[in-house]
Amino acid sequence: MQVTSAVREDLVTGGKTVHDVTHDICRQVEGKPTKSWMLGMAISLGALGIGTYAVLALLWEGIGVWGLNKTVGWAWDITNFVWWVGIGHAGTLISAILLLFRQKWRMSINRAAEAMTIFAVICAACFPGLHMGRLWVGFYWALPLPNTWGSLWVNFNSPLLWDVFAISTYFTVSLVFWYIGLIPDFASIRDRATNKISKAVYGALSFGWDGAAKTWMRYESVALILAGLATPLVLSVHTIVSFDFATSVIPGWHTTIFPPYFVAGAIFSGFAMVLTLMLVTRKVYKLEDYITINHIELMNIIIIITGSIVGIAYITEFFIAWYSGVEAEQYAFINRATGPYWWAYATMMTCNVISPQLFWFKKIRTNIAATFILSIIVNIGMWFERFVIIVTSLHRDYLPSSWAMFYPTFYDVGVYLFTFGLFFTAFLLFAKFFPVINMAEVKSIIKSSSLKETK
Amino acid sequence: MEDRPVCTNIATELIDTTVVEMKTDNTMTEEKFSFTSGAKRQISITGVVGLVLLVLGIVLSMNSGGHGEEGHGDEEHALTATEQTLEASVTQEEETHAAEEDEHAAATEEHHETATWLKRVYNSLWVNNIYFTGLAIIGLFFIAIQYAAQAGWSVGMLRVSLSMAHWLPIAGILMLVSWFIVKGDVFHWTHHDLYEGPHADDILIGKSALWFWPLEAGGFPLFYILRMVVFFGLWYMFFLWIKREMLAEDLDGNVSHWYKARKYSAIFLVIFAVSSSVAAWDWVMSIDPHWFSTMFGWYIFASWWVNGLAAITLIVVVLKQNGYLSIVNSNHLHDIGKFIFGFSIFWTYIWFSQFLLIYYANIPEETIYFIERIESSQYVWVFYMNLSLNFFLPFLLLMTRDAKRHMSFLKIVCPIVLVGHWFDFYLMVTPGVMKEEGTFGFVEIGMLMIFGAAFLFVTLSNLTKYPLFAKNHPMLQESLHHHI
Repeated sequence: MQVTSAVREDLVTGGKTVHDVTHDICRQVEGKPTKSWMLGMAISLGALGIGTYAVLALLWEGIGVWGLNKTVGWAWDITNFVWWVGIGHAGTLISAILLLFRQKWRMSINRAAEAMTIFAVICAACFPGLHMGRLWVGFYWALPLPNTWGSLWVNFNSPLLWDVFAISTYFTVSLVFWYIGLIPDFASIRDRATNKISKAVYGALSFGWDGAAKTWMRYESVALILAGLATPLVLSVHTIVSFDFATSVIPGWHTTIFPPYFVAGAIFSGFAMVLTLMLVTRKVYKLEDYITINHIELMNIIIIITGSIVGIAYITEFFIAWYSGVEAEQYAFINRATGPYWWAYATMMTCNVISPQLFWFKKIRTNIAATFILSIIVNIGMWFERFVIIVTSLHRDYLPSSWAMFYPTFYDVGVYLFTFGLFFTAFLLFAKFFPVINMAEVKSIIKSSSLKETK
Repeated sequence: MEDRPVCTNIATELIDTTVVEMKTDNTMTEEKFSFTSGAKRQISITGVVGLVLLVLGIVLSMNSGGHGEEGHGDEEHALTATEQTLEASVTQEEETHAAEEDEHAAATEEHHETATWLKRVYNSLWVNNIYFTGLAIIGLFFIAIQYAAQAGWSVGMLRVSLSMAHWLPIAGILMLVSWFIVKGDVFHWTHHDLYEGPHADDILIGKSALWFWPLEAGGFPLFYILRMVVFFGLWYMFFLWIKREMLAEDLDGNVSHWYKARKYSAIFLVIFAVSSSVAAWDWVMSIDPHWFSTMFGWYIFASWWVNGLAAITLIVVVLKQNGYLSIVNSNHLHDIGKFIFGFSIFWTYIWFSQFLLIYYANIPEETIYFIERIESSQYVWVFYMNLSLNFFLPFLLLMTRDAKRHMSFLKIVCPIVLVGHWFDFYLMVTPGVMKEEGTFGFVEIGMLMIFGAAFLFVTLSNLTKYPLFAKNHPMLQESLHHHI
């Protein structure tokens, strides 16, 4: 017997029945694309088009078309990479870690969050690939394959290589986890399908799911095993991304707090992106009874917590730079806050540390418009965080004669736009053809978590 | 996978229904813990034995005269040699600074000669201060997390955790008083000659404001002491407020107490997030005053947290084996077992991240911390034992589902974690205080036993003052029907 305390808010409102769940979610897949969807798709494809031009030009001309110079050898490319990888944390965090912590509110948001994760990781992977300049050999160069050039191997000591392993493993497990979760829902769509094509397509996608008790049992064990695997993986990914910087001896990069602080930052930006996407999806698809104000409030609380952790980490770094007595370290931080990039630092501080504190007010964290705006602000802040860490630590070299600034070119912006186009195109396709909410899971809490309405 | 439609693990169900008798009515009888004279005697004997060992240890240490020096001369030389090579690779400025430091270290030793045995006493006093403060504050932190996260499963364990937090005021007074006794030997930065004259240390002068502000560097560390008082004061205040709400709920059953406790918990967590890191810098990191690591605050927290979880679990298990707390069943133990398992890994993650980044970057100012601990026979065994007791053993022993659900396993793992983290703190404190003279013997064991007995006595006698679980807790029914 499952008991839900009276102090808990309902997770599904509107007195929904199990059948309502199937109906409300399947009808988006079964209906014709709406006008707003078409419009969204057109914009995304437009961005993708312009971006593709930038990518092709980059591949044709080489990475010299970016604004990099001899001092700032890493800028938007790695900033965007880390930004997308960070966003790609929320999905698996919601599905795996919240599953281990038995947080039932994850159930109506995990599907879309996982999809977002997968698309974000794809976008992230574009950057190291493109940065190699010769994308077509990139896969070959990045993998430890036996080769015919003698003992020419990848550098196993490099955290960049660990990144290749961590992210590809994470991507694989996330994809499998997401897909396994989709199978019973594909079967529901298959069973309801009225035309032959969708019956065949969803039938194939559902791998002949029969809904037998034995099948469910296997499904349960696989999901639990994958959750167990995904949890260390999700933490390892941003840990290793942070190693890319922290293993170096560059002031501002080499600091031991980086691994957990990067993970917290990733969760922070990932949840913000989930909110941005879900608030729109919920409105367009009329899913207010499944993604309730309660869900939004809980996600906002995660944003306050992770935002504050990130804030404490910023202050800790600053403090220890002073405390260490290391001049170069002290200068790096003073330069961040007051040097020529002060505006980037100020944006980061405002967006990441100060503005999320508004969520301490219940009125603000339960207000949809405020949440939507703040969720975008957080992701702007998190982009600037990476920009600040990367560019401000590099632009003032040890030799004052090589001090420089970084100015992005059209191709820096264009490649970033390409990933936006890719991300939103993929997400819109997902939202149209896949069930955006995990029906099977939501049905399991209909009884216990929507009592107040039905009583 | 409790909430999926067809997901009953039949085997578990069978086991659980036989073990646990489900209570569905709302009229639960209160359960009280009685601290028997037998238990009191046992704890007192532990304390007395500890005292005897401490005295014995002191006598032995006094007679051996500069214990640890005879056998370790060679190693000491080797270590100084490594240090010198390391420091030679630093800039010229640093080198002169290092030489200065050696000089003034020698000088301070001259006009401030503390006997080795006394240093050992001071050292273990400080290790235990940090360790038991951790247990007390985690008692409160556990409650705060459960309230803030609206957790339902843990209702049966909250009172045990609350009792542990009663050590807080004692920990605060002990720390404050003993700080003034041990400061000269434990905290090198308190020596006034480091701030002016021939032994002045530029790096310490640079950060002296952190300790001495607004007074003169080298004088009375007002800012430092103020922080210690404020932190303990705040922690204790929130402890009193949260406790007040928890106990008031027993009397009138009003759910508003739960909401209030939740609010206090959230505020406490914010305060704790900042104060725990600053406390770690003040109380532990500044023992090696030239060394720094941004991770250190979170490292101390990770160590405190998993250790506190092990203490709560062990007390709950022992209470259960004495016939108390029948509302805690193997499902709840499974959950707290997962916490110990998970946060042992978390501690290792923080440990490893800090170690790897320092090792990889190989900056002499930073690596010195680990070199002191690995390249010396006094500490190297603790270094590796730390990892085995706090990572490998809990990781392997608590891996399976059954291990987390059985009290016999938890009774093995929790003491391992508790001992392991004592050594973790020992390793953080001792090399900075004792240098090459650090040992582990009767003095350290005796002091730990005295502190342990006192802590247990305070915890258990406070546990008798209120019911063992909150009969009006809004999550009680959820917890009773908790099933995983």
